[in-house]
Amino acid sequence: MGRIAALPIGIRAVTKTYGDIYALEHVDLDVQSGEFLTLLGPSGSGKTTLLMVLAGFTRPDSGSVRFGDEEMIRMPPHKREVGMVFQNYALFPHMDVAGNIGFPLKLRGASKDDIGARVESALATVQLEGYGERRITQLSGGQKQRVALARAIVFEPRILLMDEPLSALDKKLREHMQIELRRLHDQLGMTTVYVTHDQREALTMSDRIAVINHGKLIQLDDPRNIYDHPADPFVANFIGESVLLPVEYIGGAPCYRGEPLRLSESAAAAAGGHLLMLRPERLVLLTDEQPADHAHYNRFKGSVGHVVYQGESFVTYVTLADGAEVAVRSVSRRQTLAAAPPPGSEVTLGLHPDETTLIPDPSQTRDD
Amino acid sequence: MTEHAVMNRTAAGVNAAGIRRDELREKLTLFGLAAPAAMLVLVIIVIPVGWLFWLSLFNDEGVMSLSNYTRMLESKSYTRIFTTTFKVSFLTTALCVLLGYPLAYFLAQLPKRWAALGMMAVLLPFWTSLLVRTYAWLVVLQRKGLINQWGIELGLWDTPIRLAHNLNGTLIGMAHIMLPFLVLPLYGAMKSIDFDYMKAASNLGATPAYAFRHVFFPLSLPGLFAGIIIVFVLCLGFFVTPAVLGGGKVIMVSMKIETLVDLFFNFGTASALGVVLLALTLLVLFLAHRLLQLDRVLGGGHGG
Repeated sequence: MGRIAALPIGIRAVTKTYGDIYALEHVDLDVQSGEFLTLLGPSGSGKTTLLMVLAGFTRPDSGSVRFGDEEMIRMPPHKREVGMVFQNYALFPHMDVAGNIGFPLKLRGASKDDIGARVESALATVQLEGYGERRITQLSGGQKQRVALARAIVFEPRILLMDEPLSALDKKLREHMQIELRRLHDQLGMTTVYVTHDQREALTMSDRIAVINHGKLIQLDDPRNIYDHPADPFVANFIGESVLLPVEYIGGAPCYRGEPLRLSESAAAAAGGHLLMLRPERLVLLTDEQPADHAHYNRFKGSVGHVVYQGESFVTYVTLADGAEVAVRSVSRRQTLAAAPPPGSEVTLGLHPDETTLIPDPSQTRDD
Repeated sequence: MTEHAVMNRTAAGVNAAGIRRDELREKLTLFGLAAPAAMLVLVIIVIPVGWLFWLSLFNDEGVMSLSNYTRMLESKSYTRIFTTTFKVSFLTTALCVLLGYPLAYFLAQLPKRWAALGMMAVLLPFWTSLLVRTYAWLVVLQRKGLINQWGIELGLWDTPIRLAHNLNGTLIGMAHIMLPFLVLPLYGAMKSIDFDYMKAASNLGATPAYAFRHVFFPLSLPGLFAGIIIVFVLCLGFFVTPAVLGGGKVIMVSMKIETLVDLFFNFGTASALGVVLLALTLLVLFLAHRLLQLDRVLGGGHGG
């Protein structure tokens, strides 16, 4: 299959309530043409509701959804011309693989030869050549996944929606399919909206991630920025691991327990945050013979609780003076393992100024 | 030394003999638990049916012969009775499908609480006696019954329509009594159809009508076939309703058996009728089974 023309999606002020509860609260979101955008959030956050609004299965209370220039909000699902991969695949069990993939083509009045050729081409795209005669029940989870994808793209929709399509697969296959889905997106080029609750999956696949919680769009950015500069404590905790420590301002300078924090220039310019974010892999255990480049690190003293070996890395849990427990992740190498501090020992943790990130604390914004 | 070698060959491994003994004991326990039910089946099904078959082999003088069966083939009246039985069963089943499919579909679409209420309404007639329901239909359908009274009072027709004491009445009454047997399995099948299939069809561009025709309906077929078979087989042996509402014009096999036994004390012929009806019922079940298998095989070609 060749490249498919893409369409941008414009979501404006979409609101959906169930009783008193907002499933979606005034959501504005622009998906660019050809972009791979992920809606990421915990279960019940409203991400699936938003996807269903795009597909036309959920009728919002108000708002606007445009595909390109065309208003879609009152368009029935069968006229929207979007491909969709369902969480449970929803492959028709009474048809074989070719019947499933040919379904949208038959509907559009394609000739038998044309259907056959395009089904084969779609099967080749998802690397399932020769599977047309198979029954759905004969397929493995990964194969069903591919057939569902082939069915969703065979009629060359300009927008592709995916609702947690990999959640039923085991870890190895899931990671493989993440790379493959992304490769397919790059090959076909349609605008893709992908729903997941798996933050790692979102980071791996997306051009941009829209973090959604309690029916609201919390943050929209590329994976790197979402991870490095979360907009609030929720995002900091939901994406990756983090410990948040309170920061106070003394003479306009951010301090932790009275000690001023060294920040990079850009971070200092954006200062105003009241929480210091500590990520396990960004912290280093400082040893007595410190290399010169650790001299300007921010330092935190604490005592080692326990050490957990996880194969490729190990995690040292350190209790800081104020009682906060932070995790430090170190790569498992001969030297680092040998230097791992024993439980109960006193250690100093270091954090590079460029990686010293302050994030806003919503509960304190009123004091500023 | 040799003993050890023998042990190894027969029960290769530690505790193998003990484990096999446990397995055997488990099987015996299961058999023991099933034995009372198996006995019951033997006593109330196998023995009576066997006896029936035995009885059918004796003619009026008590001599062993096949005359009961040959008479059935020669006499036109028996052929007519079997034709009527199958005709009534077929028409009743068809009526049940026409009424029951939309009803089951409607119930399957309702929210849980309303569906439960609707199901109650379908099942309610089960809690009243078959005889009562049949006579109630007589009250409604007969010449001076409710329907004719209202119809004439409203000026819809002048002379009473013949609704009871004929095939019409029989079909109305039987369809009413058989309907739940069709709706129940069909409703179950419809409920188990994942709504995502319909969503997927719609997403792929199918209008609601197309999605119903090509996705929902084929997926509901197993439930529909199950209902059809239950209703058809029950109809074949039905007695009360055609006896009351047929007015003597609709004579089914079961009614002929009743007459033979009650009036003529002719157990041989009655038994032969029963055996033939049983054989035909089994044939219907067998054909239906084959047909369903065939459908499952052909199912793969739907989209191709």
